[in-house]
Formats: sequence, structure tokens, C-alpha cells
Amino acid sequence: MTEVSMTVNGVSVGGSVEGRTLLSSFLREQLGLTGTHVGCDTSQCGACVVHVNGDAVKSCTILAVEANGAEVATIEGQAAEDGTLSVVQQAFQDHHGLQCGFCTPGMVMSTLALLKDNPKPSEAEVRKYLEGNICRCTGYHNIVRAIMAASGQDVAIAAE
Amino acid sequence: MYEFEFETPATVADAVAALQGDEAQALGGGQTLLPTMKQRLASPSRLVSLSGIAEMSGVSADAGTVSIGGATTHGAVAAGAGAYPALADLAGHIGDPAVRNRGTIGGSLANNDPSADYPAAALASGATIVTNAREIAADDFFDGMFGTALNEGEIITRVNFPVPEAANYQKFLQPASRFALVGVFVARTSDGVRVAVTGASETGVHRWSEAEAALSANFSASALEGLAVDADGMISDLHGSGAYRAHLVAVLTKRAVMAAG
Ligand SMILES: Cc1cc2nc3c(=O)[nH]c(=O)nc-3n(C[C@H](O)[C@H](O)[C@H](O)COP(=O)(O)OP(=O)(O)OC[C@H]3O[C@@H](n4cnc5c(N)ncnc54)[C@H](O)[C@@H]3O)c2cc1C
Ligand code: FES
Ligand code: FES
Repeated sequence: MTEVSMTVNGVSVGGSVEGRTLLSSFLREQLGLTGTHVGCDTSQCGACVVHVNGDAVKSCTILAVEANGAEVATIEGQAAEDGTLSVVQQAFQDHHGLQCGFCTPGMVMSTLALLKDNPKPSEAEVRKYLEGNICRCTGYHNIVRAIMAASGQDVAIAAE
Repeated sequence: MYEFEFETPATVADAVAALQGDEAQALGGGQTLLPTMKQRLASPSRLVSLSGIAEMSGVSADAGTVSIGGATTHGAVAAGAGAYPALADLAGHIGDPAVRNRGTIGGSLANNDPSADYPAAALASGATIVTNAREIAADDFFDGMFGTALNEGEIITRVNFPVPEAANYQKFLQPASRFALVGVFVARTSDGVRVAVTGASETGVHRWSEAEAALSANFSASALEGLAVDADGMISDLHGSGAYRAHLVAVLTKRAVMAAG
């Protein structure tokens, strides 16, 4: 077992992990942060996306020991303390960017990474960026619409 | 996944030392190795992470060469290899953003997946693969599907790409995996034209010499008229037949020549 410590959503946390413990398992099972979803566990679906030192990564495809000392951000850190949703979360709700909600934590974390580098993405850029985030419910149009709205842009998209 | 010990060396020398012994394996970005270990298709007893080795990370360009540390992520190459636009563009189309934030050039070349993108760039560019022990020309590096010239425990520390006069990579996407169904990289230098094909042949990445000869004489899509690739020995699977892949090789080569200008 190895001791790891990291900052998760601004809070210092630590724990004892095996080499093979995935970051997704550490977050969910040891820290109880079950907002990070494991959809496939084969690196395909993006439901498990979190930020490690500001970069979007699939938490099922990075070891907890690799995140030792890192700043990690998960979906739990996005709403305000009083429960007020972040701009991106609120846009997903307003524009029906989710149905079952399983993919949503990864979608929101990927969206935040996109908007950090590209605050006003085109619809095509949004779709390209989300290639690694799979949604089985929405057909994506409302997700794209939510992201256009969250970035302060016209939400009328070609798919209407 | 079976349990293993985990090492984080800070230098190439320490990594080489930690990799002694059969059961040790290098960990780049883990975007291939961790899924493989989950399936228990690999079960190293020790993983040696290369991501903390500063000398293996980063992109630099000088005197017509772009030099990329072996542990540099695809995302960092996409952002930093502007001196070789076709290469930066290729890196920016590997997988998806989260894969590009972890996966590395050294891991991709060492793995030599028959549908991977970087092997085509390395072979068409005539890149040099630098390891802890030696320098290997791309022509001598790739050895069939998933095979390379690397010895046990040998680490790709750097990859040097001579920047061609003109180059382009055409990737026909296999949308479920986001790897190339077929990809063709064309590079024109003062010594002639090199054409490397990935995703097509059962022998892995390879050069298309007839196209190279035709394009070296006349660098235009019309020079490729009448050239066809033999479907024998092409990968045939549920994503495409050998004949379809052979057809794609010719089409993508033309497109790459037109785009390279
Ligand atoms: C969803 C998804 C989509 C993908 N799409 C594409 C795609 O479109 N195109 C594409 O080309 N690839 C794609 N990949 C693969 C990706 O590019 C991997 O990052 C790459 O194949 C392996 O690099 P890595 O750094 O992750 O290596 P690892 O997974 O860490 O290692 C792979 C192998 O290389 C060895 N190794 C690692 N680094 C070195 C080194 N420096 N020297 C010697 N040996 C080393 C390891 O021991 C292991 O055997 C995709 C992967 C995923 C999960
Ligand atoms: S659970 Fe990590 S990519 Fe699907
Ligand atoms: S809302 Fe159900 S998977 Fe996306």
C-alpha cells in the first residue's frame, strides 16, 4: 500500500491505496465522491472525466498514485456551497442537456475544460471536443445547445 | 488488474535501473497499458512511470528538426509542434481530448498498434527514435503488428523528426475506436517523397514504394492514376474488407498529396 495525498475540489485529502487503485475508485470508494461515474471502465465513454492539474482526464485510466500531489477537480466541486448550480450545470438543466444523467458529470467536466481554452467555441468545436464523451440518451443536440448557452452564445443550432 | 509495485524515477538512468528484471514495464500515459492490464492481458509486477522524467518531456524545434521527448503527451505535441504542422495536426486528432492529455508519443511508438497514427508520421518523415541506449531509424524500428526493434527495458527518450518541405496526414476515422481505419502520411523532402500507410496491412505500418516513386517524379495526385494497392495481406475485419482498405490507401494518398500542395 502507498500513502497518497492530493487536493480534491480545494480540500486536502489522503489515503492508503494499492498500486492498481484507479483514481476513479479512490474518488468513489475511499472519498465517497460518487458523482464521478464509471460507465465503461474501458476508457471509451468519458463519464469518469475529472480534472487533474487542470487537464481533463479519464479517471478510470489513471492510477491514484499518478495523481499523488495533484489538484483534482470533480463534479462535486462545481456547485456553490448553498447548492446553487454553476453556469454550465444550470445550462444543462435549462436546455435539457441530460435525461438519465449518467454521462452528465463527465460532460460537465469536459465542457469546463473546453471553455477554459476556448470560451466561445463554435458548434463544430463543441461536437469535436466531446468526441470522447458518450451519451446514450439525449442524442447530443441539447448538450450542444446547453454548452452554447453556457458560453453566452445563440442556442439555435442547426440540428433543430 | 493484478497488483504491482509502482516506481516514479526522476531520471532516465533511474528508470532504466528500475526496469531491470522481466516483470517490470514502463508506464507512459497508460492509455493503452492500463486498459490492457484491466483485461489481465498484461500483468507486470512493477510499473515504472516515465511521466516524472523532465528530460523526456517537451517539444523543441531547430535547424529543420522537431525534437519531441518520449513522454510528451499528444496534446502537448498538438500545441507545441507548430514547426511541423502536419505532425501537430495528426497529434491533435488522436483519440479525444482526455486521451491526448495523458497518452504519449513514446507509448504510441513502442506499442505500434497497426491502426495507430504516430507510426505513419515517424515512418513517412524518416524520424529517428532515440532510446536510452541508441538511435534507431524509423525504417528499422517497426516490426509487424505491435512489434518494434526495442529490447526489453529499453526506453524511447526522444523522437527527432526532420521537417519535410511539404507533408500531410489523411486519417479515415474508425469512429467507434477513434483510431485510423486507414491513415496515409505523405512527406516530400529534397531527397524525394515518402508515403507511409497505417491501419491497412497485416504487417503493420509500411511504406508504399510505387506511390513514392511516382510522386518523387511528379508530386501531384495525377501521378497516382493507375496505381492500385493489392488487397492481399490487407486487414479484413467487421470495419472493412481488405479490398476496401486497399481502395482507401489509394484515395487517401491522393488526398494527402492534394492537401500537402
Ligand atoms: C479512447 C482511446 C482512443 C484512442 N485513439 C487513438 C487514435 O486515434 N490514434 C492512436 O494512434 N492512438 C489512439 N489511442 C491510443 C493512445 O494514443 C495511447 O496513448 C498510446 O497508444 C499509448 O501511449 P501511452 O503513453 O498511453 O502508453 P502506455 O499505455 O503507458 O504504454 C503503452 C506501451 O508502451 C510502453 N511504453 C510507454 N512509454 C514508453 C517509452 N517512452 N519507451 C518505451 N516503451 C514505452 C509501455 O510499456 C506499454 O507497453 C487511443 C486510446 C484510447 C483509450
Ligand atoms: S468509465 Fe472511464 S471512460 Fe468510461
Ligand atoms: S443523459 Fe443518459 S447517458 Fe447521457
